[in-house]
Amino acid sequence: MQDIKITAKNVQVHYGDTHAIKDVSVDIQDNTVTAFIGPSGCGKSTFLRCLNRMNDTIDICRVDGDIRLDGEDIYDKRVDPVQLRAKVGMVFQKPNPFPKSIYDNIAYGPRIHGLARNKADLDEIVEKSLRRGAIWDEVKDRLHAPGTGLSGGQQQRLCIARAIATEPEVLLMDEPCSALDPIATAQVEELIDELRQNFSVVIVTHSMQQAARVSQKTAFFHLGNLVEYGETDRIFTNPTDPRTESYITGRIG
Amino acid sequence: MSAFWLLVIILALAVLGFVLGRARALASVGGDRRKLHSLPSFYGYNVAMLALVPALLVLCLWVILQPIVIHASVAGAIPETHYESSGQLNLVMSDVARVAEGLDEMVRQNVMTREGIAALDADSTDLRAQLAQVGVALGGEVSPTILSAAQALRARSETGTLALTVVVLIIAAGGFLFALRSSTGDFRARNRVESGVKLLLIGAASLAILTTIGIVLSLVFNTINFFGMFPMTDFLFGTVWSPEGRGGSEHLGILPLLWGTLYISLVALLVAVPIGLFAAIYLAEYAGKTTRAVAKPLLEVLAGIPTIVYGLFALTVVGPMLVGVFGADGLGWMQGARSVMTAGLVMGIMLIPFVSSLSDDIINAVPQTMRDGSYGLGATQSETVRQVVLPAALPGIVGAVLLAASRAIGETMIVVMGAGAAARLDLNPFAAMTTVTAKIVSQLTGDSDFASPEALVAFALGMTLFILTLGLNVLALYIVRKYREQYE
Repeated sequence: MQDIKITAKNVQVHYGDTHAIKDVSVDIQDNTVTAFIGPSGCGKSTFLRCLNRMNDTIDICRVDGDIRLDGEDIYDKRVDPVQLRAKVGMVFQKPNPFPKSIYDNIAYGPRIHGLARNKADLDEIVEKSLRRGAIWDEVKDRLHAPGTGLSGGQQQRLCIARAIATEPEVLLMDEPCSALDPIATAQVEELIDELRQNFSVVIVTHSMQQAARVSQKTAFFHLGNLVEYGETDRIFTNPTDPRTESYITGRIG
Repeated sequence: MSAFWLLVIILALAVLGFVLGRARALASVGGDRRKLHSLPSFYGYNVAMLALVPALLVLCLWVILQPIVIHASVAGAIPETHYESSGQLNLVMSDVARVAEGLDEMVRQNVMTREGIAALDADSTDLRAQLAQVGVALGGEVSPTILSAAQALRARSETGTLALTVVVLIIAAGGFLFALRSSTGDFRARNRVESGVKLLLIGAASLAILTTIGIVLSLVFNTINFFGMFPMTDFLFGTVWSPEGRGGSEHLGILPLLWGTLYISLVALLVAVPIGLFAAIYLAEYAGKTTRAVAKPLLEVLAGIPTIVYGLFALTVVGPMLVGVFGADGLGWMQGARSVMTAGLVMGIMLIPFVSSLSDDIINAVPQTMRDGSYGLGATQSETVRQVVLPAALPGIVGAVLLAASRAIGETMIVVMGAGAAARLDLNPFAAMTTVTAKIVSQLTGDSDFASPEALVAFALGMTLFILTLGLNVLALYIVRKYREQYE
């Protein structure tokens, strides 16, 4: 039995009048890749964004319920969302490198959190992050070229490296491969598997093969409900809920 | 027949053409509109267009060209003994025009018949008195030359107007009949109307462009004219500006004016850029929807205030306030209410909405994913704005600032009222100075001879300003466009 990293209990999310997440409870384990699958609009991305309070930036969004990171309520008034997001990093659907150099993109997080004592420290963090992001060899000769000049797959790995650089404990990935070709996807998936050594990874994906390949746990969302949650192998071979079975066999979705 | 009635007639012809063309096309297919190539109204528009447009074009051109042609031919007939320079010829010709106008008036008031006018003789009648009776006052007696020229002018104008009427009516009728004859079921009326619409739009666009070219050409030629009378190097590099009356000025150096312009613009930008930019950041990143909906239009009201009102504000409020602090009673740096600081501060306030409104749009155009990326790494709002949003928006903001700068350089009223009229090269921001625009106003208003270098220098000043602001605008547009490509 592995440690539980995040516990969510009875989470409700409203966008204005829309009830987007209905009473979702889930435990996310440490050093595990957890996949959220489900048809578009089922609330999996919304739920993911609850885990690092990214929904705070949307005015009309309201989150109720209890979400705990290492036993601490992240929606408590005393918790600073800025510190929380340093612990729970996020990678987005579309690669979004900042209009800065590759080096500055990676150094951004360490700089704002004061993780490096001096230039040498920072250089080391940048190199380590880029290596762990599996992109070091491609960019080591042009660290000061703009990050926007990279290809789509490289940009996404740069964004993953950027998220790793702040030393988060949990990494949230919102469809990180949807804009990538199969080769870049394979690289990113390989990377996710390696990241499991150090982080708890939560990934939202539309590709069932991808969920089966990279994750150990899978949660199936449908119309705002968490339908089924369990070991990935079991979900894909022997689902208990008929809706899960329909979805993974391609009959709904 | 006057041009107005002619216009009414061809308009009526066009309306008639619309009705008849439509009816004829429908009749040609026995009333079944499905057999027509185009919708019935296209046939109507086609006839109306061909009746109206060519006739209208000829009418416009004729009305513009006729006075020029007749004027030239009459002027050519005046013996050279009556004038020495082209300026005097112009005076003679304005007398001729005035007499001709008076004669027209006499016919209208039935004081004299057309035949009577043709038979008029300057020696035997007191024309000046007669003209005065119908309300046309002349400066001197009418000489035989002027009278005969005026008679010729009248006669040719009458002939010209008659010819105009005939030609325009023929063209309108011709277009009408031609289009009406072709209004049958097979005729592709829609295609012709569509190309007509396209020509109309092209015409509108080229008119705007041609006007700009015309203005630039007039600036260029007058500037060349000025440099014919005044050495270019003295103008460009002279450090003294002191025009003297009519002709004979030795000091028409642009440098003090240019310095005043740039100094005041600099002060204005120092006020407008930080305030405008911070206001834009607040509106785009921090303000709620309702605050934004109220605050943004309010800020933009500033842009709608006429600059003369800002000038009043500078002169009556800001100037005296500054004098209270920096004047003789205070620090003693300031002589009077008018100074670089007064004009610069007020102009800065005027420019705030230009900077804030454009910057706000540009900051809003930065993709939300960029902000999400930064927040997702645990950055605060101000870190995100400073390190991600502003760098991404920077080229656009630079464009906004350059546009504001070209506004500042071209601004006139605030400067005339707030900065004074003394052309000087001085570093003290509390000294009165003047700008290029203010001097253009003062060189051309009042009693000035348009052929003297003192007046023509205004064109050279205008040309300088034009090149300066054009350069800034081109640079701003280039930067803004380069930035746009990044996200689209």
